[in-house]
Amino acid sequence: MYIDNYIKEEEFPLFICPGCTHGTVTNAFVKMADELKLDKNKTVLVCAIGCAGRIPTFLDFSVLRVTHGRALAFATGIKLARPDVNVIVFMGDGDAVAIGGNHMIHAARRNINITAIISKNAIYGMTGGQYAPTTPKDAMTTTSPFGMFEHTFDICKLVEGAGATYVARSDAYNVRHLQKVIKNAIQHEGFSVVEAITSCPTQFGRRNKVSNPSDMLMDIKNSTVMQAAAEKMTPEELQGKFVIGEFVNIKKPTLDELYLELEEKISQANIEINADDVK
Amino acid sequence: MSKFEFIQGNEACALGALKANVQFCAGYPITPSSEIMEILSARIYENKGRCIQMEDEIASMGAVIGASVMGKKSITITSGPGFDLKQENIGYASMAEIPCVIVDVQRSGPSTGGATKTGQGDIMQTRYGTSGDTLKIVLYPSSVEEVYTTTVKAFNYAEKYMTPVVLLMDETLGHMRESVDIEKYDDIEVIDRQKTTRSVEEYKPYVVEDNGMVALVPFANDEGYRYAINGMHHNEKGMPDLRAKYIDSCITRINDKVELNQEDIFDSEKYMCEDAEYLIVAYGSVARSAKEAVKKLREEGIRAGLYRPITIWPFNYKEVGKYGDQVKSIVVAELNRGQMYHMIVESVGKDTVVKKLNIINGSIIKPEDIIESVKETENVHR
Repeated sequence: MYIDNYIKEEEFPLFICPGCTHGTVTNAFVKMADELKLDKNKTVLVCAIGCAGRIPTFLDFSVLRVTHGRALAFATGIKLARPDVNVIVFMGDGDAVAIGGNHMIHAARRNINITAIISKNAIYGMTGGQYAPTTPKDAMTTTSPFGMFEHTFDICKLVEGAGATYVARSDAYNVRHLQKVIKNAIQHEGFSVVEAITSCPTQFGRRNKVSNPSDMLMDIKNSTVMQAAAEKMTPEELQGKFVIGEFVNIKKPTLDELYLELEEKISQANIEINADDVK
Repeated sequence: MSKFEFIQGNEACALGALKANVQFCAGYPITPSSEIMEILSARIYENKGRCIQMEDEIASMGAVIGASVMGKKSITITSGPGFDLKQENIGYASMAEIPCVIVDVQRSGPSTGGATKTGQGDIMQTRYGTSGDTLKIVLYPSSVEEVYTTTVKAFNYAEKYMTPVVLLMDETLGHMRESVDIEKYDDIEVIDRQKTTRSVEEYKPYVVEDNGMVALVPFANDEGYRYAINGMHHNEKGMPDLRAKYIDSCITRINDKVELNQEDIFDSEKYMCEDAEYLIVAYGSVARSAKEAVKKLREEGIRAGLYRPITIWPFNYKEVGKYGDQVKSIVVAELNRGQMYHMIVESVGKDTVVKKLNIINGSIIKPEDIIESVKETENVHR
């Protein structure tokens, strides 16, 4: 089976809880990596902290697992050092848009040719169920014991506004769709972001009366609307729903192309840049 | 052949990095270090490298480690407040054993302090700033020429010992101009990180090679060495592992490899110390005033000497400790409230008079300040 070529089975058991759907995202990635015949020796995975951040260490690639929120910063150095290498970054939502928010918006601004896959379970699972910037209103978490009262981020709009050139949302229920957008994101030239809605029965479901993993999946099904259907719905009907689809897919020079352009300019003009000139 | 250039300490640092074949620089602008990144952003292309100005200090440290994992010699440049922010990922580089160079052109702190004011407040934060036990190599030159050679050395140690190396400077040293003959160092030794002797099948990234150092094969290599690097406690394969033996062996290794190679890493200047009765300990720009003070004191018939550590960490307690029996007193002159003072007291024992001389007003320590301080201790013995 395709998955055997990518999973380091000798490292089992996995640490993730029964019913967790982060694995669905991993599976979708692996399937697409196989379909795209991604060269394992020319692909680097970067990830950081939390449940979503630890999973990629089980994959048979070069994997750099770094400090909380900083995966995109490290990935930027990797991509600039070796532009020929595929760089795919796995993050949770806290990782990506809370502690790592600054890196996220600047990776998008630069349009660096990296794919960011964000598993959004709307909770800090690993640390015991605290609220994230994506936790829905009124949800019970260990740090919102009276219900979540802050406003939330729309990750897709955030990265679109910051300049990402491929932005898609999918989820752990619509697996085929998830596979498709991950494939498109990896193939995209530029900064591509996939927000994958996942579920955390242990830390989120348990406190919000949906601890059964299959009920949580049904919740994802019921709270998501395909883009085509959403276009025919009123804002009132879309209230509380997540639209699934590709929101941005445009071409814009990538950071690497801009560097190449600059390097070409320097070598052609044979510019002798004296240290004094830059002061 | 010689060609003298009249350059700043910061320029010498950038030139030294280029000489060491730096291929990646990521930074964030901060006074008084900015010239270094400015020069590298114009000239790193000579080394087929790239320079990027990141969104913050944290990101620049991260990017530097990312590039180093791909096999590129990497540098980031900052000052005290930026060093605070970089600590997180410097700790990562120590833990994961990723070579990189961090330049800290110190200014007056704490916090924003004085961007254009000089200081030496980062002696302890370069040693103890990250969580857990790490021991980085910290070097501190005191002339523009020495900035150049020490920058090359910083890269050499990073690559040899697979560890972050901090190059300390101070605002005075960074912005001071001196005439330097760089061409003299055309043949200066440049060390690249070792390659593994193991095949793909037998390779485990955190099993040390014969010299006691890990050999992390750059990611995305054609040979097919694939593995994980973790800031979490990890086993020989680099996989997360919290078993006691792995936690212990990893922390021991990252500290021991620096501590036990002190003989190779430690460097100091001893100026007129042989017959000294009064010892001055100073480093960085302060050592320049101290040297002047020694000369003047000698003219007055007071046998003074200067002990100047060039390697700050790992500190050689034994070497300076032996002066405890020789001299009547020691003055430790620093642009902080007394940081190396503690190291000296620990080195020489309780019977030696050790006096602090601290200027914390953002200006330099003048030779007269040091002379006065030595004479004060001299009076104690009369």
